[in-house]
Amino acid sequence: MAAEKTDPALVPSIFAPESTPAHAITHLAGFVLWITSAIFVVVGGLLVYALVRFRRRANDDGTEPAQVYGSGPVEAAWTTVPFLIVLVLTLATARIIHEVQDARKPVGALDVQVIGHQWWWEIRYPKLGIVTANELHVPVSQSSGDRLPTFLDLRSADVVHSFWVPRLAGKTDLIPNKVNSMWIEPERTGLFLGQCAKYCGTQHAKMLLRVYVDTREDFDRWVKEQERIAANDPSAAAGRLVFEQTACINCHSVNGTVANGRFGPDLTHLMSRATLGSGALPNSPEGLRAWIKSPEQFKPGVLMPAMNLNNADLDKLVAYLTTLK
Amino acid sequence: MNGIATTGDVTGAVPSRSAATGKTVFDHIHSWVVSVDHKKLGLMYIMFGLFFLLVAGLEATLMRIQLAVPNNHFVSPQFFNQLFTVHGTTMVFFVGMPLVFGFANYLVPIMIGARDLAFPRLNAFGFWLSAFGGLLLYFSFIGGEGMAGAGSAPDIGWFAYAPLTGKAFSKGHSTDYWILGLMVSGFGSIATAANVITTILCMRCRGMTLAKMPLLAWINLVMCGMVLIAVSPLTAAQIMLLLDRFAGAHFFDTQAGGSATLWMHFFWIFGHPEVYILILPAFAFASEIIPVFSRKAIFGYPAMVGATAAIGLVSVSVWAHHMFTIGMTSASNTFFAVSTMMVGIPTGIKIFNWLGTMWGGKLRFDTPMLFCIAFLFQFLIAGLTGIMLGAAPFNWQLNDSYFVVAHFHFTLVGGFLTMIFAGVYYWYPKATGRLFNETLGKWHFWLWVIGFHMTFDTMHIPGMLGMPRRIYTYEAGRGWGIWNLIVTIGTAIQVIGTLIFVLNILYSLRKGRPAGNDPWDAWTLEWATSSPPPEYNFAETPTVKSRRPLWDIKHPTDPDWKYE
Repeated sequence: MAAEKTDPALVPSIFAPESTPAHAITHLAGFVLWITSAIFVVVGGLLVYALVRFRRRANDDGTEPAQVYGSGPVEAAWTTVPFLIVLVLTLATARIIHEVQDARKPVGALDVQVIGHQWWWEIRYPKLGIVTANELHVPVSQSSGDRLPTFLDLRSADVVHSFWVPRLAGKTDLIPNKVNSMWIEPERTGLFLGQCAKYCGTQHAKMLLRVYVDTREDFDRWVKEQERIAANDPSAAAGRLVFEQTACINCHSVNGTVANGRFGPDLTHLMSRATLGSGALPNSPEGLRAWIKSPEQFKPGVLMPAMNLNNADLDKLVAYLTTLK
Repeated sequence: MNGIATTGDVTGAVPSRSAATGKTVFDHIHSWVVSVDHKKLGLMYIMFGLFFLLVAGLEATLMRIQLAVPNNHFVSPQFFNQLFTVHGTTMVFFVGMPLVFGFANYLVPIMIGARDLAFPRLNAFGFWLSAFGGLLLYFSFIGGEGMAGAGSAPDIGWFAYAPLTGKAFSKGHSTDYWILGLMVSGFGSIATAANVITTILCMRCRGMTLAKMPLLAWINLVMCGMVLIAVSPLTAAQIMLLLDRFAGAHFFDTQAGGSATLWMHFFWIFGHPEVYILILPAFAFASEIIPVFSRKAIFGYPAMVGATAAIGLVSVSVWAHHMFTIGMTSASNTFFAVSTMMVGIPTGIKIFNWLGTMWGGKLRFDTPMLFCIAFLFQFLIAGLTGIMLGAAPFNWQLNDSYFVVAHFHFTLVGGFLTMIFAGVYYWYPKATGRLFNETLGKWHFWLWVIGFHMTFDTMHIPGMLGMPRRIYTYEAGRGWGIWNLIVTIGTAIQVIGTLIFVLNILYSLRKGRPAGNDPWDAWTLEWATSSPPPEYNFAETPTVKSRRPLWDIKHPTDPDWKYE
């Protein structure tokens, strides 16, 4: 346990919001917590008082206490008070539902499509022509003035998933045959962690999400890099040949090559991403080699098969893939 | 004796069993298997439920070992997913339902002065269907891939969301075992519910108008009504799913245009009333036990009946609060948030009325009462976290996190199961003729309470720190590790408590002191007959004049019927 180092900035706490809808929820949560705590103190206190005050004493005379069958006024009171509390809570709740769900999309908001797969995230920027996976880059916004929120359009390619990055917003499910939407408006830059929240099969636990909130300049730079077609480094031509001649291309795309599969993550800018297998292991040449050799070892049940390449081909392939920056 | 006939002797001699009659063990088992006696069937339901409680508890323990530290490899991902699926399914269908119906079976007829349920054979049929359903589910561990392949239990979650249950995502037969096991036991539940309703409406003893019925009978009446309403949609959805899987239908087959949300609606219109079906009997026990150990009549009987009916009604209009994250309109979300919070009003009335019952009483802290007190606090907390979850935007954060897991374990373990323990301790002397061991009972209570709170109080925290449920492992560095370790240690303490409970039951069966007819000095009809009661319950049908017939006998100068 002691070995577990925790960076507080990476703890996905719902009570450390950094985005407009998450703030709205935290406000409501605080209000609800105050009311429920007060109820707990009052009712719990009465219970404790009754237990102590009305316990049978050691010198009890054995007679039965006075029998009381009920009391109209008292019962009316403890029906009315909860009713009023419920009324207040529902009004507060309705207000925040409206505020988050019915928010108008400002002109110029960034549009992103998130498509859930067993067990990874396909992320598309339809207006920018970018396709990536498992990592969402968005620009920082300001809640007033120069707003630039991101609106997510959520779909699923197979089963039900759920998009949850607690510090940015509440979760919304990705459901096949249904298009959902949600929005985030992060107020500060940094990395925000999340993961799939709806059980979606064997590797539900390894469907991790990373959201990078960039400054406007960094975001524009990232967009420029992602819009390029894939690197074509002549020194890795042999590896590219291996890639194009094995079944890799049935599932993966690399922009500017014959690989146009849609079943697995787009690899055009593979090396710009921090993890492999949707968070199963860190992305590095060594990691990549181990992953391709045996995905099962890192993510049992993963849909990517081991390709059974010989060591020479594996080295070439990894050399090629690491050029895809 | 004022119209109440008691049978058997009051000296407390326990009738000797097989030895005196010269029966073999086989005869003994045979007499249980062929029995249509509501008491024997009730006890079989309860033993069945307690057996599966141990099985599901073992599954929970394995899961907690796996989650004790990050990146653990104690069990495989597939096995972990089977564990939480089968744990949840077992706890609801093969622990919760059998215990609910077991106590209803045993107590309802005897508390309303009847000799048996209205349809004794249907009763036996219902029990054996439920039992068979449980065995069918567990058979999947050896037969889930079909006879030729290795076994594979279902790994679809107890909620079995589409399209994960479709042929494309769930090959083999594990999902079919889940469907058929639950359907079969569901038929049993419907049969027994209809049976209990008929019994309560038609077989009350002379003088027992509906307004003079013990609250336990009232609450079981409402509970069984809810079973009829809730189980049918689940059965319908399961038939549709079978058609999808075997006949090429597309109700939930999203790849052919089916609807994933349709299953959610069907499942939760069952699933939410189901939690009230489980918690209502807990209310019923509290409404019988708290008065006896406070030495006072229940406070606000009519309000308690009204609140029960209100909970039954509102509970069928809240199902979509399990679905706040599926992208419903803001109007729908608001409706279900409001209806969910409304449940707080009748449940609040109940808590206040139990408090009112204790107020001014002389509280005795025997083991059954201790469990009732723990229940009051735990159910209060469960209700309050329920309000948090009912606030839809808060739910967008908390749903499908460990906070939800903590919340419903507070209701079902801190509420339902805690009251099952109270009920077992309270009626054990009646059913066996022997008193349980009070020292072991107290050990069980304290270990259980400490373990429970260590586990489930703590479990709220990783949920608030963003830990989703149903993950077989988690990353280090998210701040979840330490909390999960504490949760797991708490589980170990609960396991020890549970084993003491089992030990107590078995030990007291042989060594317990004779109980006599009425060890708690209680007031309802079951305490008027011998312990254990004869097969016919009462030699002569009793006549009652108030809700507490034995109070009237014990206090002839100041009977209840003067005030009701």
